[in-house]
Amino acid sequence: MAQITNRLTPFFENITFDRDDNEIILNFGPQHPSAHGQLRLMLHLQQEQIVKAHPDIGYLHRGMEKMAENMIYNEFMPTTDRMDYIASSSNNYGFALAVEKLIGLEVPRRAKVIRMMLLEINRIMSHLFWLATTALDIGAMTVFLFAFREREYLMDIIEGYCGARLTHSAIRIGGVPLDIQDTFLIQLKTFLDKLPQNIKDYEDLLDTNRIWLMRMEEVGHISKELSLSWGCTGPMLRASGTAWDIRKEEPYELYDEVEFSVPFSDKGDNFARYRIYMEEMRESAKILYQTMDMYAACVKNNQTELMAHAPKYISASKLDIMTQNYSLMQHFVLVTQGMRPPVGEVYVATESPKGELGFYINSQGGPYPYRLKLRAPSFWHTGILTDLLPGHYIPDVVSIIGTTNIVFGEVDR
Amino acid sequence: MRAYTPKDNVQAKPYYTDRFYISPQVPKEAIENDAVFAADLAAIKAKFEVSDAYIQVGQMVVYIHAKNNYGVLELLRDELEYTQLTEMSAIDWLAKENKFEIFYQMLSMNKRKRVRIKMFIENGQAVNSVNELFRSADWSEREMFDMFGIEANGHPFMKRILLPYDWQGHPLLKTYPLEGDEFAAWYEIDKIYGKEARDIIGPELRDPARVDRYDSERFARLGFEVPKGTVITGHEPKTEQSYQEEGGVFMIKKFDKKSSVVIDDPQR
Repeated sequence: MAQITNRLTPFFENITFDRDDNEIILNFGPQHPSAHGQLRLMLHLQQEQIVKAHPDIGYLHRGMEKMAENMIYNEFMPTTDRMDYIASSSNNYGFALAVEKLIGLEVPRRAKVIRMMLLEINRIMSHLFWLATTALDIGAMTVFLFAFREREYLMDIIEGYCGARLTHSAIRIGGVPLDIQDTFLIQLKTFLDKLPQNIKDYEDLLDTNRIWLMRMEEVGHISKELSLSWGCTGPMLRASGTAWDIRKEEPYELYDEVEFSVPFSDKGDNFARYRIYMEEMRESAKILYQTMDMYAACVKNNQTELMAHAPKYISASKLDIMTQNYSLMQHFVLVTQGMRPPVGEVYVATESPKGELGFYINSQGGPYPYRLKLRAPSFWHTGILTDLLPGHYIPDVVSIIGTTNIVFGEVDR
Repeated sequence: MRAYTPKDNVQAKPYYTDRFYISPQVPKEAIENDAVFAADLAAIKAKFEVSDAYIQVGQMVVYIHAKNNYGVLELLRDELEYTQLTEMSAIDWLAKENKFEIFYQMLSMNKRKRVRIKMFIENGQAVNSVNELFRSADWSEREMFDMFGIEANGHPFMKRILLPYDWQGHPLLKTYPLEGDEFAAWYEIDKIYGKEARDIIGPELRDPARVDRYDSERFARLGFEVPKGTVITGHEPKTEQSYQEEGGVFMIKKFDKKSSVVIDDPQR
C-alpha cells in the first residue's frame, strides 16, 4: 500500500493577529479532560474573563433518530443504552414506557417494582459518578475515589442482574426479562445501610471545604426565568427555584405509592446544584427501601408475572415459546418482522437522573417508527452555557460544566 | 425484472405486510373531556385559526397555521402558563404530500399539562423563529435545520449544530439513506488525505455489521488464522486451529470427540 500522508493542517483560530483590543479566543476541548466528553467551547476572553461563549457539539453524533427509523422497536433498545451511558437503564425505561403508552399496555406489578429498583439504582450511580468527576475537576481526589468505590458496589449489583455494567438493556417493552437474583436484595440492603454514612463522608469533605466553597458558591448562577426559557429540567431546574419532578407531578410506574420528597433550592448556583444531587441520593435510597418492601409483598401475593400479556406485541414467556407451538410462531413473527404499534403519536417524559428524558414516537402502523425524536436533557443543559458563561472566569468554566452534569452520549445522540 | 424501490423514501421497509391487515389507531378523545384543555383551546381559538384539535394519550394536540406559530406560542407562554418549550422538531411527509409537519411540545408546570402545537409547511418554506420567546428554540431550530434543511426566519445563528458546517445533505429526510450518501462516503477521505487518495483508500463503509471473511488485515478469522495481510482469493486455506494445549493443562482433560459420549436426554 502506498504511503499516504494526511492533509490535516493546524487550524490557528486561537491566534488573532490584527486586533485593537486584547480579546482572545480560547478553544476549550473537544479533548479537554474536564469537558466531560466531546464538548468544544469557543470562549472569547477579555483577560481571563469570558465575554462570549459558543459551545460546539456533535463530535459523538451517531444519528440515533435515523437509526430508529430503520429498526424494529425492540432492536432499538440497546441503542438507547448509548445515550446517557452513565445511567443506561433510565434510557431503556424511557423508550419502553413510550412504546407501552403508544400500544396501551399495562405492565405487571412485579415488573414495575423491579423497574423502579433499577431506575433508582441508576440514579444513585449517576449522581455518584457526577460527584466523583466534578470533585476531581475541582481537585478533590479523595471524593473521587470514595464515590467510585460506592458506585462499584452498585455496578456489581446491576451486573448480577443483567450481566452488563454500563450498557444494561435491562428493561424490555412490556416489562423486564428476568426476576432479580437471590442475592440482589441482600446486596442492595447492605449498600443502602452504608449509604447515609458514605454521603456524610463526602459532605464532611466538601461542605465546609474552603476550596470547594470558593469554586461553588455564587458561581454559575442560573435565574428561574433563564432555566425555564432554556428548557432546563432535573437538578438544573430544581436548583433554580422550581420544584418540578416528573416522578412526583406526573407519576409513572408506582411512584405515586412511595413516599419521597423533592429537594429544591432558589439559589441557582453551583453549590445549590451540588446540594440537590446529595439530597436526591438520600431520597432515592428512601424509595429503594420502599420498593424492597413492595417486592416482598409481590412475592407474598404470588405475583410472578414479569412481562405484559399482549400476544400481538409482546413475545410469550420462554417456557411457552419452547413448549407451545402458537407462542413459537408468534415469537418468530415478532422477532423477524417486529411489532406493529397502532397509528398515532405519543410524547412520554420520564425523570432521568439528568432531567426530563422524553421520547416522541410517530407510528404509522408499520414495524419501524416513522419518526422518533429523543429529547435528551443534557442537550439544553449544554446550550445554556451560551448564556451562563459570559461574565465568569476560566476556572469557573470547569466547575460550571461539572455541575450541569452533561453526558455527550445524549447531547449528540 | 428488478423490484421497484421508491426513491422518495429509502428507509427500511417491512418485507411482508398482510394485505388485509388494518392498523389500529391510538384513540383520540374530544377536547371537551378535559376542562383545562378546553379553556386553553378556547383562548387559542379566540385569536388564531385552529384547523384541528384533539387529546391523544393525555396530551392536547392543536393544529395551527404556520404563519401563527410565534403568536400562538407567545399566547401560550404569557397567558396560558405554558412556560417551557420542551421539544420541537419536524416530520418529513415529502413523499406523501410534499410537506413538513412541525411540532412544538409545550409544558405547563402550574397546570401539569402538556400541549403539542403542530403545523404544516411546504417544502422549501421557512418557519418563524421562536428563539425570542424560548431560548431552547435556539438549538432546536438549528438541529431542525441540520436534520431537515428547514430554516427559521429571524434566528441569529442559522448554522448546522450536530454535523460539520461544510456537510451536504440533511440526514433525517426520508430520501437520505441510512448508510449515508455519496458525499458522506468520501467526506473524510477528501478532507484528511485529499481527493487523489480516493483510489488508494476507497469509500468509507458505514456499515458496522459488515464482516469480510477474506480480509485478513482487519478481521481476526478466529479458528482459521492466517498471517496478517495474506491475500485470500477464492478458496479457504485449511488452517483450522485447535486451542487446547498439547501437553495438557492441570486438571483439564483434552476433549476427544471420538471417545466422548453424547447424552440424548438432557433431563437424565
